Amino acid sequence: MSSQQDRLVIAGREFNSRLMVGTGKYASFQQMVQALEVSGAEIITVAVRRVNISDRNKESLLDHIDLKKYTLLPNTAGCYTADDAVRTCRLAREAGLSDFVKLEVLGDEKTLFPDNEELLKAARILVAEGFTVLPYCSDDVTVCRKLEDLGCAAVMPLGAPIGSGLGIRNPYNIRIILENINVPVIVDAGVGCASDAAIAMELGCHGVLMNTAIAGAQDPIAMAEAMKLAVIAGRLSYNAGRIPRKLYANASSPIEGLLA
Amino acid sequence: MKVHVNGESADIKSGSTVAGLLDHLRIGRDRVAVEVGLEIVPKAKYDSHTLSDGDKIEIVHFVGGG
Repeated sequence: MSSQQDRLVIAGREFNSRLMVGTGKYASFQQMVQALEVSGAEIITVAVRRVNISDRNKESLLDHIDLKKYTLLPNTAGCYTADDAVRTCRLAREAGLSDFVKLEVLGDEKTLFPDNEELLKAARILVAEGFTVLPYCSDDVTVCRKLEDLGCAAVMPLGAPIGSGLGIRNPYNIRIILENINVPVIVDAGVGCASDAAIAMELGCHGVLMNTAIAGAQDPIAMAEAMKLAVIAGRLSYNAGRIPRKLYANASSPIEGLLA
Repeated sequence: MKVHVNGESADIKSGSTVAGLLDHLRIGRDRVAVEVGLEIVPKAKYDSHTLSDGDKIEIVHFVGGG
């Protein structure tokens, strides 16, 4: 299957790119705009924060983003309770007029691992209110199954802690999730470099979400391109079906016709 | 009258609406969300929702995030 026909479908909406990127931590809006463009991403995450009312000359993020080109995925970053996350999602829907939300409810500041109990509580409320919920979650198939049963549009297990760049530390857990969950599985958090993104895609993930790996690279624009290509390559490689791993050699050239 | 906007106190005319407050603060209404006392005020009601003395108002927008 060519990459053109192999689209990501979330809640009935089709996307050509399987790479989702964040908009945080860039040196400038100009750098962010360029990185987004080069990444080919169609879904981009944003955070919901207070408007700075004392300095109205500060530029606004959305002044730099073409809303015809990108689907905004507002997050609930920084929320530690279901109540705060639900409140943030309602505000995000009002500000952005879209139902898509990246739901994250965090357990503690050091690990930024999800609080599963609060996450499930928030997901239940948000689904009932008509949100398209994409939850950042643990690499735990039981939690993922509960999120799917609640009606989440995807599950987004972490590959490693947010912003850590440790890569996909849990390929077997991710595979177990992939084999048992029927909504898209998107690795969210942990990717550090292009090969990490390719590994996530080769496992069979439907997409990868990242921010720091691009924005924190020495050359974010070049890394955005590397990530775009890695996600495409990883998906093609997964669809192509890899050879089985063997312990011993298997010659590629024929034995027949060897010089005597 | 005195209201609290994003944690800061602000003096505004009595009878001000949400729309009036946003104009006063030079904030465009398109890409923000407004909460008064934990209740979201829909955009369609910005012109009719009158603020009261002591109201706690949150005005949020999108910023860069992951």
